[in-house]
Formats: sequence, structure tokens, C-alpha cells
Amino acid sequence: MSFALSPGQFVGITGRSGSGKSTILRCIWRTNLPERGRILYDSARFGLLDLAQATQRQMLYLRAFELGYVSQFLNALPRQTARDIVLKSALEAYGADDRERAEAETERMLRHFDLDESLWELYPRTFSGGEKLRLNIAAAMIKRPRLLLLDEPTASLDNASKLKVRSLIEQLKAEGTTMLGIFHDLEFMDGLCDHEFNMQEGMMA
Amino acid sequence: MLDEQRFGADEAPCLSVRHLSKRFGAGCPHCLAPEPQLERNVCPRCGTVHAVRDVSLDVFPAEIVGIVGESGSGKSSLMKCLFFDEEATEGDVRARPFDGGAANLLALSPQQQRAIRNTVFGMVYQNPYLGLRMDFSSLSNIAEQMIAAGSRNVGAMRARGEELLERVNIPLSREAEPPRNFSGGMQQRVQIAKALSNNPPILLLDEVTTGLDLSVQAAVLDLVQQIRRDFDVSMLVVSHDLGVIRMLADRTLVMLDGRVIESGLTDQILEDPQHAYTQQLVYSLL
Repeated sequence: MSFALSPGQFVGITGRSGSGKSTILRCIWRTNLPERGRILYDSARFGLLDLAQATQRQMLYLRAFELGYVSQFLNALPRQTARDIVLKSALEAYGADDRERAEAETERMLRHFDLDESLWELYPRTFSGGEKLRLNIAAAMIKRPRLLLLDEPTASLDNASKLKVRSLIEQLKAEGTTMLGIFHDLEFMDGLCDHEFNMQEGMMA
Repeated sequence: MLDEQRFGADEAPCLSVRHLSKRFGAGCPHCLAPEPQLERNVCPRCGTVHAVRDVSLDVFPAEIVGIVGESGSGKSSLMKCLFFDEEATEGDVRARPFDGGAANLLALSPQQQRAIRNTVFGMVYQNPYLGLRMDFSSLSNIAEQMIAAGSRNVGAMRARGEELLERVNIPLSREAEPPRNFSGGMQQRVQIAKALSNNPPILLLDEVTTGLDLSVQAAVLDLVQQIRRDFDVSMLVVSHDLGVIRMLADRTLVMLDGRVIESGLTDQILEDPQHAYTQQLVYSLL
């Protein structure tokens, strides 16, 4: 399958579960190894790069500095508070020497994405789906990624939380973030995406 | 911490291993030929055990590289060869922090290798009895390592020892106690403190959490994470526990019968393994 994404755009992929939506994101993030084809990405550091062929070290660099991946699941290490998770991400992006800035930005992002201050020092294992998602977005966005991958951010959220996510995405879009998102929730996507693709059995429909 | 300048085509590994092999036995024309047919890792003709076969790997600055594989796959033999506990049969190992990567460490004199053990590598063994002197105090264990690297200032050694013990959460009230008195988890933490005494740029961790109960494992793993963050060291981490590898390693190599059969980003190895053996290994996770 083929598609393209320009800077600042929000492209959405819809389709039933099992249609291959997540696999696309996972190939870009390189958790899955693409068997064929190219994923051309315009990197600030490496120039035009085929992510299907990029070296492991290049992928580690891109994950640290240029790409963001957000799902409603926690992929953070256990036994870290919400604040630590975002701070770790900030330290990766700004370097350990700029701890003061990283700490200030961490608090700003937690507030920005509406995470209640009473949650900052807690382990996110106890968070609701929406809270986990907002935490993940904060950790990803603090790096100002050139490309943000959204993996079913609204799955299993109630309507109020979905609306919050929607306004969050609108906000990210207004800030100029380039995003590729997958959703099984067609209604939710309505009017939000610049382009929308529907997938069936691994192919564009 | 990750440093933007370090990545890219021009980046240099801080530890580079090429074609390392370790054989127990003399070998014969059959098993020394290229691509020999072995029974697992044993030569069917002469009985030579090929513990490590032609392993190559790089560890980059501040990177954690994991090695997984079942018992007997050669993980520990590889580590022992790198730390000169065992003499490698063949291979080329270079460490940039030592001499810019000029010399093959395996070809150096035993005296030079001892110096590298004391200053370039820090080793943490699965069995704390291998890494610690159980009858010396915890502080003396650290001092011993520093003396071996040339320290003579008692005050400085005590200060550094206390700093490290504090870092690994050993109460200073127990600094004079021999590790023999300690629990397994505490012994492991003293061993980590000792390995760090001379600020080595490369840490070798061999099954450091094996045999510890879950909460103690968690404490040791958290400590390893903090060390990476605060001391900027590179690590080679051997474990048969995929959970440990998932938590620690940026990149992972899978070993089977002495060879590296697959390598990749850790999440790719665990989620989308390519080799049939790795698939079996990953899917046997409960």
C-alpha cells in the first residue's frame, strides 16, 4: 500500500480490527520489520531516509529525537511516577545537562495536557485509560517530534474522554504537528483529518 | 544520556568485537572448516565444544546491548572472554576508551589485561562470590578495586566507597560489614558498587537478577537504569530473562549454540522475531 504525508498534515487510517492498521504504524516505528517496500522519511539529521532500511542506530536516534509514538497503553518502565516518565523523555531530548529546563518543561507539559497535579507523583499503573493516554502524549510531545504516530488513541475511552482527546489532537494540529493516526472509530475522525484512508484486509479500500 | 552528536554514520562504537570464538578442545579438520556440521555446539568427530562461534558485536557510547539465549548458548562464555576470565580462542576486541581502539585487547599481555579489567570494564557476575571478597568489608571490596587501579589515598577511597554504597542503597551503618552477612540482593548491589569504583566506561552484567526474588530484582534493575542515566556508561547485559532485556536493552542479540542468530531493536526482536528459534523463545513467555 502507498500513501504520503506532508508536514503539518494529519492523516487518518481507519478500518476494522485485523485490517492491518497498527502494522503500518509499527513498521514505521520499526517494531515490525517491513518485508518489502519503502518508508521514505525526511529526517532533520539524516535527510531523506528509507525507514525500512535504516540502521538500528538510526532508528534509535529517530525514536529519541524525531518520532513520537502514542497509544493508550503504557510502554513506560514500571515503578516510575508520571512526572518521571515525562522528565525522562525531556532529558533525552534536551540532554542531562539541561535538567532545569527539562523539569520546567515537564511541569508545563503535564499541565498543558490536563493531567491533574495530584497525579504527578503517582505510578500511572493506577491511571484511567484517558489519563494514561494524556501522559503518553505529554511524554511524546515534550520532544517536539517531527512526526507523531497515534495508535488507536481513543479505543476503549468513554465519550467525554474521547472529546478531550479530539480537542487535544486539534490543539496538536494547530501547533503544526505532523500526525499519522489509526482509528476504528469513524465518527471520531469526522472533520479532523486532512486525508483519510480506509483499510480492508491489509489493503487500501 | 543520549547525545545527538554521537549518532550517525561517523559514530564509533566504544566496544567492538569481531569474530570471537571460544573452543574447549583442540578442534579437528571437520569442525574447523567453514560452516561445520555440529551437534548443537559439539563436534561429532572430535568432541570439541564450540562455546562461542564467530560472534561480532558493537556497543555504542551510553548504549545498553542485551544478549539473550538459553542456558548453554554461550552467553556467559562470551562475557568471560571479554573480561579475560577465559582465554578466547580467536577474535578481535577493541575498546575506544582504552587506547582509541588501536590494540586487539585479546593480544595484550596479562598485565595489560588486568589493567583493563580494573579501569575499562566493570563486571557484575550472577554469583556474587565471583565478584566479591565475602570476608572483607563492603568498603574494603571497593577500596581493593581502587588500589588495583592505582589509588593510594585512603581518605579518597573511603569517600568514594561511601558515595557508591549510598548510591546502591547500602546503609552506611553496614559499610564495615562483610557481604557474607548480606542478603542476595544486597550482595548484588555491593557488587555493582564495586564494579563502578573506577568509573569504568563499559559495564558487563551477567545474569545480575537471576536467583533474586521479584521485588529485589526490581530494585536491582532500577539501579542499573539509574546508573546508565547518571554515569553515562555503556553496558552489555546477558540474561535469559526476556523481561530484563525488554526493560534494559536498546538493542538485542539472540544466541543459540554459540552463535548469534538474530539481532535487532529490542522491541522488534520481542514483537516480530524473524528466526524460528527466537519465535519459539519469545512465545514460550507466559
